[in-house]
Amino acid sequence: MTKMTLNCPLPYQPKQIVMAHGGGGRMMQQLIDTIIQPIFDNDILNQKHDSAVININQSKLALTTDSYVINPLFFSGGNIGKLAICGTLNDLAMSGAKPLYITCSLIIEEGFLITNLQRILESMQEIAQQAGVKIVTGDTKVVEKGKGDGLYINTAGVGIIADNIEVNPNKIQVGDHIIINSDIARHGMTIMLEREGIEFENDLKSDCADLSNLVQILINQDIDLHCLRDLTRGGLASGLIELATHSQLQFEINDSILPIQESVKSGCDILGFDPLYIANEGCFVLFVSALESEKALNYLQQHPLGQQACVIGEVTAVNDKGIVNLKTALGSHRVLDLLSGEQLPRIC
Amino acid sequence: MKFVDEYRHTETATKLLDAIQSIITRPWTIMEVCGGQTHSIIKYGLDQLLSDNITLIHGPGCPVCVTPLHVIDKALAIAKQKEVIFCSFGDMLRVPGSEEDLLTLKANGADIRIVYSPLDSLKIAQNNLDKEVVFFGVGFETTAPTIALTVYQAKQLNLKNFSVLACHVRVPPVMNALLNDENNQVQGFLGAGHVCTIMGYHEYIPLAKQHQTPIVITGFEPVDLLQGIYFCIKQLESGRYEVENQYTRVVNQQGNPAAQQLLKQVFNITDQQWRGLGTIPEGGLTLADDYNDWNAEQRFSVTSIKTQEPSECRSGDILKGLLKPNTCPEFAKTCTPEHPLGATMVSSEGACAAYYRYRSHD
Repeated sequence: MTKMTLNCPLPYQPKQIVMAHGGGGRMMQQLIDTIIQPIFDNDILNQKHDSAVININQSKLALTTDSYVINPLFFSGGNIGKLAICGTLNDLAMSGAKPLYITCSLIIEEGFLITNLQRILESMQEIAQQAGVKIVTGDTKVVEKGKGDGLYINTAGVGIIADNIEVNPNKIQVGDHIIINSDIARHGMTIMLEREGIEFENDLKSDCADLSNLVQILINQDIDLHCLRDLTRGGLASGLIELATHSQLQFEINDSILPIQESVKSGCDILGFDPLYIANEGCFVLFVSALESEKALNYLQQHPLGQQACVIGEVTAVNDKGIVNLKTALGSHRVLDLLSGEQLPRIC
Repeated sequence: MKFVDEYRHTETATKLLDAIQSIITRPWTIMEVCGGQTHSIIKYGLDQLLSDNITLIHGPGCPVCVTPLHVIDKALAIAKQKEVIFCSFGDMLRVPGSEEDLLTLKANGADIRIVYSPLDSLKIAQNNLDKEVVFFGVGFETTAPTIALTVYQAKQLNLKNFSVLACHVRVPPVMNALLNDENNQVQGFLGAGHVCTIMGYHEYIPLAKQHQTPIVITGFEPVDLLQGIYFCIKQLESGRYEVENQYTRVVNQQGNPAAQQLLKQVFNITDQQWRGLGTIPEGGLTLADDYNDWNAEQRFSVTSIKTQEPSECRSGDILKGLLKPNTCPEFAKTCTPEHPLGATMVSSEGACAAYYRYRSHD
């Protein structure tokens, strides 16, 4: 062999936004922590929760906003409109709020079919009515052909949190059980397969659903919910890592218990994806004391969106770095870490 | 899932761990050749479960990691051109070239598309006749046939707006080079299962004999890997050095003759530079003269791009198994997945990326 050289190039640091900045991983976290958060810095923003919790005249309000830029606009199990309303309801629910009102802004690309717009808006209204919320204001903009992706939707939502309810990452304690309501990674895999036109037979359907009713049932049963987190972009792993980091605690998750649909597993194996990092839209984790865990499971499992609910792990220790350990089926451990950006399909 | 769950079965894995423990009498160093195997080992924590007498070192079998810098720079030069739609496998997009990477070019407006199969890029070419469509063909013998088929079809279709930037590497020559290296520590190999699915394992028989080193063709699931290690230790303990096939459900000695025939037709064997390892005699494949019209290097006149690889990255030591990722002084300090010093930190199959992702590194 020729003399081996040990050289590689110097790193290149992006000076502009790349797709990974929106991927729900470390680059997005860095963008928020180093660029966005320092500029807007305030006590409410620093709560770092799915919704901002605001006190106005003795009322505790939850406020949230989200933009939806999904492709394809219609997918198995939903469409961009259903996704937007469910996403906003879920963000409110995760702070223990009862959702009340939602706004809807539409950015529509020239040429978009009005019948498709109607279908999408009707889905939004259907979900809103089921959840008992009203879509009360909005905005409509049209952009030139080629300057949008058909349709972008922004929604904001406001809800009210009962006086005695406090659901946030600061309440997570050592010994808490970590419960999940449903199987993971279905939404992300459904979208991926439809978007990329990957042709293999599957029965996949997005898990897109409104979780607010289920959360209200738990609250009404007086279960002390320490923290809730819906597992959207970045999936289960990213959600747990953010919570562990914020609360400076160590979680242990049991890999062999995690509910995953067979076709999701197969899709992930083929593409080389880790289901732990794939997006969900109807899936959340719940932190409760060990004493209340069984009661919570009981109510979850009676609800259509919680039939697969199970305890997937627990909070094991204080750890100032915030660590999530995954116990593999073989009994070994690995640390879950934020991905850089989105997962990219592998070569072989 | 049939044919997967059985190979992730806890009890079977425990039995194999016990079996390994019962036959091992002294320390052995084994290299798993393929990056997919490395990721499985780290993901399932197999190294934590194995006897302290076994050192696993992570071989050069990650196509993204070993693609030389000048090829990445050529890809960037081509992808930048206005009339080009540049198609690539996903994991190549993050690999740093001398100054930038494909993801950044994409952010700047270059038309760069991730495809799952090279044949998808042919369709893109057929649908965009006013554009030049280029596929970035990297990989081992596993992926090479799919690219060979794509080029072959492009010729059959006489598709003039399609070409391939090809940089394929061959496994047996690099194993030979590693064994010839004066610092070699490898005493046994877990051979790359998917490469052998295509090529069979006849090429490895003289290697095992010449270097008196057992080679066990091994799969990618935890039970596969543990059984491969068991076979390898058994040979080492009894002084044997044969080629043995653990991955029998997929691999046979002949491999896939149709794929091999296609490779022969479309590619020639050539000396090839491997990133971090230098030039490996007969270590790669280049497009045969008959397919020159579909060779992107020539079409875009980038053959003259020669890049020196400066700097401190020690991925060469990693790829040879002389350094563990987490003992590299740059690991998780100056070198992270966001700011990789080398491709072993970028690729989904790179050893450094596996350690970064699955192990505590603070």
